[in-house]
Amino acid sequence: MDSSHDGWEPRIIAFLCNWCSYAGADLAGVGRLQYPASIRIIRVPCSGRISPFFILSAFRKGADGVLVSGCHPGDCHYISGNYSARRKFALLKGLLEHVGLEEGRVHFTWISASEGGKFADVIGRVTETVRGLGPANQLVGKQWRA
Amino acid sequence: MNPTDCSNRIAEEAGRLLTEGTVDVVIGFEKGSLPMRSTPCFVRTPQDSGKLVWNSFCSSNLSRYLKQFPGKVGIVAKGCDTRALVELIKEKQVNRESLVVIGVPCRGMIDGAGVLERCDGKRVSDVEERDDELVITGDSFRITLARGDFLHPACRVCFTGNPVLFDVLIGEKVQEQARDCYHDVSDFESRSPGDRWAYIMSEMDRCIRCYACRNACPLCYCGECFADATRPQWVGRGATGTDTLAFHVMRSMHLAGRCVECGACRAACPTKVDIRTLNRKISSDIARLFDYRPGLRIDQPAPLSSFKPDDSEEFILER
Repeated sequence: MDSSHDGWEPRIIAFLCNWCSYAGADLAGVGRLQYPASIRIIRVPCSGRISPFFILSAFRKGADGVLVSGCHPGDCHYISGNYSARRKFALLKGLLEHVGLEEGRVHFTWISASEGGKFADVIGRVTETVRGLGPANQLVGKQWRA
Repeated sequence: MNPTDCSNRIAEEAGRLLTEGTVDVVIGFEKGSLPMRSTPCFVRTPQDSGKLVWNSFCSSNLSRYLKQFPGKVGIVAKGCDTRALVELIKEKQVNRESLVVIGVPCRGMIDGAGVLERCDGKRVSDVEERDDELVITGDSFRITLARGDFLHPACRVCFTGNPVLFDVLIGEKVQEQARDCYHDVSDFESRSPGDRWAYIMSEMDRCIRCYACRNACPLCYCGECFADATRPQWVGRGATGTDTLAFHVMRSMHLAGRCVECGACRAACPTKVDIRTLNRKISSDIARLFDYRPGLRIDQPAPLSSFKPDDSEEFILER
């Protein structure tokens, strides 16, 4: 970690689908697994519900990283929401990195309701990646700048 | 076919359609008030059809105007315009039955601004088009330019000069360029992320948020654009780099799998912001990941409203 960011902790917005990833987070809690307190969870009905607006809005308001997690392909509660999400986010991630957003700010993953361990693990990995990058400033709106 | 013959054939066809009563209006181009400008015009009577012209400055995408006319419409359309028509028909914005498409093969449109720049801002009074040359006449000068050097950026990589959908075809078909020519995207990708960001931000700084790109775009037809919405207001209203970038990124996402790369956005932009860098990236990804090119077939489902169980997952963390 850069010494100029002493005491800084990343703030990561996690959009979790209600049926799998949110339940996975719950399982991690019930199982008393330790993971960094860097995430702020927003529960959504389905990963297909997540609009690119949500992600840009999170960055605009000062998030250092964004994580999107849904059910594994084939397990969607709404049959195909995560398949649609997968196409959408393949394009979004490609585009954001194309315009020069630092790689490692935005992450996508599948976590099922039984994967509490994986949830804790992913949060740890994402937090470390974002911590390595330092505070985000590229997409922060004027009124949210420090 | 030279521009004059082409114009005459278009006028003749428009006159016939209007006389027969097949259409109520023909959307085409007329001579603009300045050289190197052709402006959209709407012809309602056979007598007026003589106004219609065709030349290398018909760069607007006329399918943009279709929604304003509820009745039967004739439209003069080059390759990219017909691709936009295909998308509009697919999205049920336009009814194929109430449309007569006068297709015109296109060798690429000329960017008048580029020509003016070449003339050092001197006043141009006339342009004569020859096969591969433009003869520019102005106050005390006359120069001959190679046509290919002044094409719009979108026309340089266009692979559908010939209309993909038409009822009448004016003139002979043109030789098409190679498909999936995305060297501009890979060239940009080979630069460092910091470099790319600096370039994009310098482009965004020129954007004045006039929304001309959106208003010229044939596929930006939403009743209320997200950029104007206030509840919720997803994208900041300012002309700061980050707000502007968010607007352009979201516009590209809305056009993902729909953008036919006609370049109308770039042609309409008063400050010539390089918006196409974003749209081209999406187009190349859509071709590479989903093997889809917008605006070619009406019966092909849009890539973002369909999926395959084995779609690429290369971007997913911990597969």
